[in-house]
Amino acid sequence: MARIDLNNLAHSYLAKPKSDADYALRKTDHVWEDGRAYALLGPSGCGKTTLLNIISGLLQPSEGKVLFDGKDVSALPPQERNIAQVFQFPVIYDTMSVFDNLAFPLRNRKIPPAEVQTRVKEVAEMLELVDVLDKRAANLSADAKQKISLGRGLVRSDVAAILFDEPLTVIDPHLKLMLRRKLKQIHARFKLTMVYVTHDQLEALTFADQVVVMNEGRVLQIGTPQDLFENPQHTFVGYFIGSPGMNFLPCTMQNGSACLGEIRIPIGKETEQLQGNFELGIRPEFLVLHNNPLPETYKVTVKEIEDLGNCQIVRVQLAEHTLKVKVPEGQEVPAEYGFLEFPPEWIRLYADGNLIERGVQKQPQLEPVQ
Amino acid sequence: MNKWEDNKAWFMVIPVFLVVAVSAIIPLMTVVNYSLQDIFGPGQRVYVGLEWYKKALTDSRLHDALSRQLLFSSLVLLIEIPLGIMIALMMPKKGWGASLSLVLVALPLLIPWNVIGTIWIIFMRPDIGLLGAAINNMGIPFDHTAAPFDAWVTVMMMEVWHWTPLVVLLAYAGLQAIPEAYFQAARIDGASAWATFRYIQLPKMRGVLTIAVLLRFMDSFLIYAEPFVLTGGGPGNSTTFLSIYLVKLAVGQFDLGPAAAFSMIYFLIVLLFCWLFYQVLLKVGTGDKS
Amino acid sequence: MAMTLENVTKIVAKECHIDNISLQLEPGTFNILLGRTLSGKTTLMRLMAGLERPSQGRILIDGQDMTRIPVRKRDVAMVYQQFINYPSMTVYKNIASPLRLAKVAGKEIDRRVREVAEVLHIDALLDRFPNELSGGQQQRTAIARALVKDTELLLLDEPLVNLDYKLREELRIEMREIFKRRKSIVIYATTEPLEALALGGNTAVLHEGHLEQFGSTIDVYQHPQSTRIAQAFSDPAMNFFNGTIDSGTLQLGNKEPMPLRHHLEELPPGSYQFGMRPSHLHLQRKSDDDIEFQTTIDLIEISGSETFIHIIHNGHTWISQQQGIHAYQMGQPIQAYVDLAQLYVFNLDGHRVASPKNDSLELT
Repeated sequence: MARIDLNNLAHSYLAKPKSDADYALRKTDHVWEDGRAYALLGPSGCGKTTLLNIISGLLQPSEGKVLFDGKDVSALPPQERNIAQVFQFPVIYDTMSVFDNLAFPLRNRKIPPAEVQTRVKEVAEMLELVDVLDKRAANLSADAKQKISLGRGLVRSDVAAILFDEPLTVIDPHLKLMLRRKLKQIHARFKLTMVYVTHDQLEALTFADQVVVMNEGRVLQIGTPQDLFENPQHTFVGYFIGSPGMNFLPCTMQNGSACLGEIRIPIGKETEQLQGNFELGIRPEFLVLHNNPLPETYKVTVKEIEDLGNCQIVRVQLAEHTLKVKVPEGQEVPAEYGFLEFPPEWIRLYADGNLIERGVQKQPQLEPVQ
Repeated sequence: MNKWEDNKAWFMVIPVFLVVAVSAIIPLMTVVNYSLQDIFGPGQRVYVGLEWYKKALTDSRLHDALSRQLLFSSLVLLIEIPLGIMIALMMPKKGWGASLSLVLVALPLLIPWNVIGTIWIIFMRPDIGLLGAAINNMGIPFDHTAAPFDAWVTVMMMEVWHWTPLVVLLAYAGLQAIPEAYFQAARIDGASAWATFRYIQLPKMRGVLTIAVLLRFMDSFLIYAEPFVLTGGGPGNSTTFLSIYLVKLAVGQFDLGPAAAFSMIYFLIVLLFCWLFYQVLLKVGTGDKS
Repeated sequence: MAMTLENVTKIVAKECHIDNISLQLEPGTFNILLGRTLSGKTTLMRLMAGLERPSQGRILIDGQDMTRIPVRKRDVAMVYQQFINYPSMTVYKNIASPLRLAKVAGKEIDRRVREVAEVLHIDALLDRFPNELSGGQQQRTAIARALVKDTELLLLDEPLVNLDYKLREELRIEMREIFKRRKSIVIYATTEPLEALALGGNTAVLHEGHLEQFGSTIDVYQHPQSTRIAQAFSDPAMNFFNGTIDSGTLQLGNKEPMPLRHHLEELPPGSYQFGMRPSHLHLQRKSDDDIEFQTTIDLIEISGSETFIHIIHNGHTWISQQQGIHAYQMGQPIQAYVDLAQLYVFNLDGHRVASPKNDSLELT
């Protein structure tokens, strides 16, 4: 169990990187706390696997350091870092029994047989593998194999962190749920530092206490699922998290209002000093579509309604911009024109993609849209 | 298109069937036919039943050739398979080194068999051959045309030089197909190089090694051209393997009947061994103790 | 063109893949085949395309029997799960290939390729080769190739399944737009209820080779004829519990009997299965008509903007779907509520007896 420090870490697969674009992982400086579950989330090619491999030691970073509990491990190979890793495709030793598979990391480290026996038993019990301990690992289903991979990490008493590289890719949907639950239980019981790489938001947000959203080699935000949803630090986070993602409208700020051409949307006193070009971001869940004009609402054209059963996604046009509004099930959507309300507490402002902190920002109470 | 439903599909099979018939089935049936007759000349034949088979099975020269053949094929497998795996393990996995070593390894496979024989005749000559002369100069008398042991060593060396590359290529392809994650997992589990080989590389190469063993066994069991060019089966009968003996019988003495019966026995032996190997390797691979 | 399937059955190696399906598809309609993997979606599409022949039954096109006409002589285009393009051709040539085969004039080809490329936002990539494209772009190319020729029948077999969810979201909306304007019959197979709902049109629910229900997508969703359909067409799956109706009350175990309201009022006495959608199962009381359940939290799943709370009630696992992100402790006891007005009612055989009234839709 360990705290992981990433000190000015960067990596390029090129020998002499020239620009930022040459880096698979751009300069990253973070502390990951002991015993927490982190998920690295981002589209393919965002650098999440690169970061994972640097932590595991399969890759040497071209710049910066990785510390485990304050000890520099950047130059150490994986076997000396006391980490365990579960891969996308189950990696098991085909010719061995399940027991031998689980015992393998211990035997390689010359642990006495009696201890091997107790450790393996204990881990097998927790992973519900006791019944198959004598079976050949090769003949088991994909989810059992992934449990074995996980078990090979858990079996070691000295393990500093367990890393997961999209471990549920090849698992049947209904078994995914069971494995997710198992992972949660194991994390709750052992308080291990866990790092989980995925491109699937459901998996990342379900697994992790802290989600690390990455894009184009950069860490854009580290936060709880709620942070990512309510306060995306970057427009990409707003877009990537949530279905559908956040709406963004280019605007200029004047006297605490966002101006989209003729339309002025008041945001709040604390933004009065902001001047210039911004992007206004608001989630489809927080926009309110009314049938009748009310104060502080804006007339929009209803373009398309997607009825998803438990909610409706309505695409509306405001001036030349299209926005998505999530309308609760059962609420009637106006056929042609509606009036859109922008609750100021849910409006976020972005400049160059980054969230503008709005000074004294009152933290809104989340009220489910039901 | 479902072939069971579309009868037209059967017409498509006819050409292949004809080719196989002409190239394999008809000759085989001819051999079966010959093996049951005594042939004096064109149009003069007598049905003799299993006479030739009885004769062949009690022929001591055939027994000698068979044991010689078995020894040779076993040695071939024992040397070429481990050697091939070893070379494959040492070859670079990617980059220009990988392509270069592949070309170098594949070179012997590209040379026609008769040229191979000729190369080795010259190479091993005690007077001017690079290796032959070198050994003699070291004070060890070496002459593959005179000493049976020297002839064996020469044939073995030629065989290993010629065909190990095939095993290397197969093993290399097998190794390349192992996902990187396995090696990463092994490193994380603290596995030694030997354990990695024993528990990952070897099991994952099972399929290609099965093919390698079968191919090498069949090929070496049928070996003819190289020893024929190199030693002509001699000195004495020391390198007279099954196929060389068979040709001597059929072409040299024109005993078509006995040669045909012999061919059939030969064919069945090869078939039997291949089946045995296949079964054994299948079992070993899955590790089922049944 | 209208397509009719008459009692189509497909048996392969004694196994029934398609079991006596009859279906009538009108020109210009968008039809979804919804079902799990191996429910017969792909087989049904192959039968429609003429890639396979039914073991029994007929396939009619505009009243004419096409059962024995091979696929070459039919007017069909198909898009697969895998991104299938000609690797040695540019995107332009890939898209143009069906027109070239049909011997369309060069100018016409150029016009149509550019038009369809624009619709699919790949007009800037026409000179690239497929292996230089991302997965999404490759699939866009494959779809463009299927669209470029105005075929009478367009089959799409889970075309978005191999794309990541953001791309899926975008393409789904685009597809809806694209297919609106076409005269062909479009058939779209998917395993995901949400995708079916987002695409609209009609939906045929398939289960183990049977056609369970066919109708307008939203109607099938709101009025599933059986528990099986309700399960298949709900994501996450519908929650069920058993109860008895007697003398105008609903009785659940040892709970206080509740007076019947809304659509439940006319139900005859008896035992029933009640279904509730995850989005209707709340963890706070919402109305006086709510039924209260004692449950334990089993697992929390969080998508970007929704929380799925798995709760256990009497050994049954239910899912409550909530908008927004909420934190709960695993193992924590909690009350769950559902409004009587939102209950689906099925008899013990699984057939629908009543479903919640929906004001926006006057269908049963």
